[in-house]
Amino acid sequence: MNHNIQKLLLLGDEAVARAAMDAGLSGMYAYPGTPSTEIMEYIQSSAEATERNIHREWSSNEKTAMEAALGMSYAGKRAMVAMKHVGLNVAADGFINSAITGVNGGLIVVAADDPSMHSSQNEQDSRFYAKFAFVPVFEPATQQEAYDMIFDAFELSERYKIPVLFRITTRLAHSRAAVELKLTIPEKKLKLPADQLQFVLLPAIARKRYRALLSTYESLKYDLSISKFNSFTDGSDRRMGVITCGIAYNYLMENFSDSKPDFPVLKITAYPFNKDVFTEITDKCSSVLILEEGYPIVEESLRGILDNGIKIHGRLDGMVPRDGELNPAIVAKALGLSVSAGRDVPEIVRMRPPSFCAGCGHSDMFSAIIEALKSYSPGRVFSDIGCYTLAALPPYDTINSCVDMGASITMAIGASDAGLFPAVAVIGDSTFTHSGMTGLLDAVVKNSPVTIIIGDNSTTGMTGGQKSQATGRIENICLGIGVSRDHLRLITPIRKNFEENVRIIKEEFEYHGVSVIIASRECIQTAIKRKKSRASNELS
Amino acid sequence: MKNDIILSGVGGQGILSIAATIGLAAVECNLFLKQSEVHGMSQRGGDVQSHLRLSDRPIASDLIPHGRADIIISVEPMESLRYLPWLSDTGWLVTNSSPFINIDDYPPIEEILSEIKKIKNHIIIDADSIAKRIGSLRSGNMVILGAASPFIEIPYHNLENAIRNLFKPKGEEVINLNLKALRAGRDFTGK
Repeated sequence: MNHNIQKLLLLGDEAVARAAMDAGLSGMYAYPGTPSTEIMEYIQSSAEATERNIHREWSSNEKTAMEAALGMSYAGKRAMVAMKHVGLNVAADGFINSAITGVNGGLIVVAADDPSMHSSQNEQDSRFYAKFAFVPVFEPATQQEAYDMIFDAFELSERYKIPVLFRITTRLAHSRAAVELKLTIPEKKLKLPADQLQFVLLPAIARKRYRALLSTYESLKYDLSISKFNSFTDGSDRRMGVITCGIAYNYLMENFSDSKPDFPVLKITAYPFNKDVFTEITDKCSSVLILEEGYPIVEESLRGILDNGIKIHGRLDGMVPRDGELNPAIVAKALGLSVSAGRDVPEIVRMRPPSFCAGCGHSDMFSAIIEALKSYSPGRVFSDIGCYTLAALPPYDTINSCVDMGASITMAIGASDAGLFPAVAVIGDSTFTHSGMTGLLDAVVKNSPVTIIIGDNSTTGMTGGQKSQATGRIENICLGIGVSRDHLRLITPIRKNFEENVRIIKEEFEYHGVSVIIASRECIQTAIKRKKSRASNELS
Repeated sequence: MKNDIILSGVGGQGILSIAATIGLAAVECNLFLKQSEVHGMSQRGGDVQSHLRLSDRPIASDLIPHGRADIIISVEPMESLRYLPWLSDTGWLVTNSSPFINIDDYPPIEEILSEIKKIKNHIIIDADSIAKRIGSLRSGNMVILGAASPFIEIPYHNLENAIRNLFKPKGEEVINLNLKALRAGRDFTGK
């Protein structure tokens, strides 16, 4: 082994983070979200990042993260912002307009998609956003490609003055492999944009910039730093060629671990592309199979509306399932190869869904809510994204909605507008500061008869206990937004307080105006971690 | 050489430290490795698994195909059965015998063990008791890894080195407890 080359065992997320640091990153911005969380966490735990003082604080939400990263780029430095796929919905305004302003320092937007919804509400494909915004995409298939492509992405971003979308999916984000590191690039110096109006999207300027963006997007289709990542390998069996996007290539090759495919293969890991990328495979083969993780984006664009070209197989004709992530067996079936089903799972194996940890404050909070709700008909609890969403499952069966970050408060407002009383919102502390505060303002302005219960565990729990922007601030935020002192109630959800908590919750259910109940108890997981680290500090 | 390993258990039981140990040892042996983990929602007391693939040649997929795993290593008996579709005909199932019961309808343990015994190549080990005897209930993971170690194509001393590296920040005492746990598991299977 060559000892000059350093190799690290990294998760896909960590490879992205490490690469950004090695490529001269000055600012990392993010809000936690599975499967993207470990990108920021890697940088936060890096001694080198601390020494260089790379910005590495969590943001309140993906939009503030996106915009702060754009600001870092404005100042001429390399910035990266990371989020889960649905986070890009929150950041979409800034993201799409950043394509029109363009960038100054290199800017990478990492979107970690979650096909099969392991930990998400949907399986939206972030490549759609890139097309929508006219932004190039890198979609690595391996941890090493993820590491290497970050360098290209920064370089491309600065050369074309355009943000780059870096798309990874759960399997890459959370899979570990050895990654060979490159020589590091120093951070950029502070340097403001030459054109002081570049970032001013007044209509007259925006129109010009938009036309420039459209022409940039055309040029990108022919740029070597994108097309070099789209490779064609010929084969003698021309009956069906295979086109893979991103990680799908791995699932194809898994079926040929002892051999090589004897058909032509086009591997795509960067976008946009021009027509020529496809003509080699479509000219040679009488049909093609398209394997892409996520939506059939390439498949749809190849088919077009008329769909009168060569025979195309993929997610749209049922050769590959329309939804869910790919795996080697799905690919084998599509290729007509035999697939081992393996043994059956014995019938006695029971489901083991996730549940509240032993000693979790949310379970005591919900016990009190359930008791307080007993005199009302069911179906009035709007909730949100976080550990407390588990109250939808037995034995709690309490919440009736989980839509997007912050939707608990606003849906409760709408339902109360329709006449539902009491209408209840249950939201976590980090979710509240992410997207709940503006909804609360709506409720205060209209004096909506809603009861908002903030389960404050002083952390971002579901993603593993990241720092919550809300910690120590919720009470003052609510008062500042205009919640009446008399209807801002503080409770501690522990068994001993059950009766009192039920009484307080009931009182506020009956109030015809905005109530906020803050139920505070530290997350049991972060409490354990805190005690452990205190103990080890005392030892050392 | 190729070893495809499924690691299974319940969120919070620490299957990732087994994965990390094998991973470090594999790197020391210059093997290719891919290891996919479960993060996020399922970690809250739900079933969790990790696909760990070792090979002397590059590995394509992060996921092990059905019917191809050489070993299932489970820190919980019912969870070992959940991944049977991945186990190859000649594969080994190595599992802890102590159940982790956090659901109301957990089946009788005798029925689970009798299902496990239907697999020709199985090792059932009471890792919790062995770990307790050694003096650290928390090293049960390493007992199970030790019990599975004869089926992993990595020299035993590389696994020991990996434990030394992994637990270095926690001090000599923790390292030694885990080495003892690994050895106890190894001896159990050796008998």
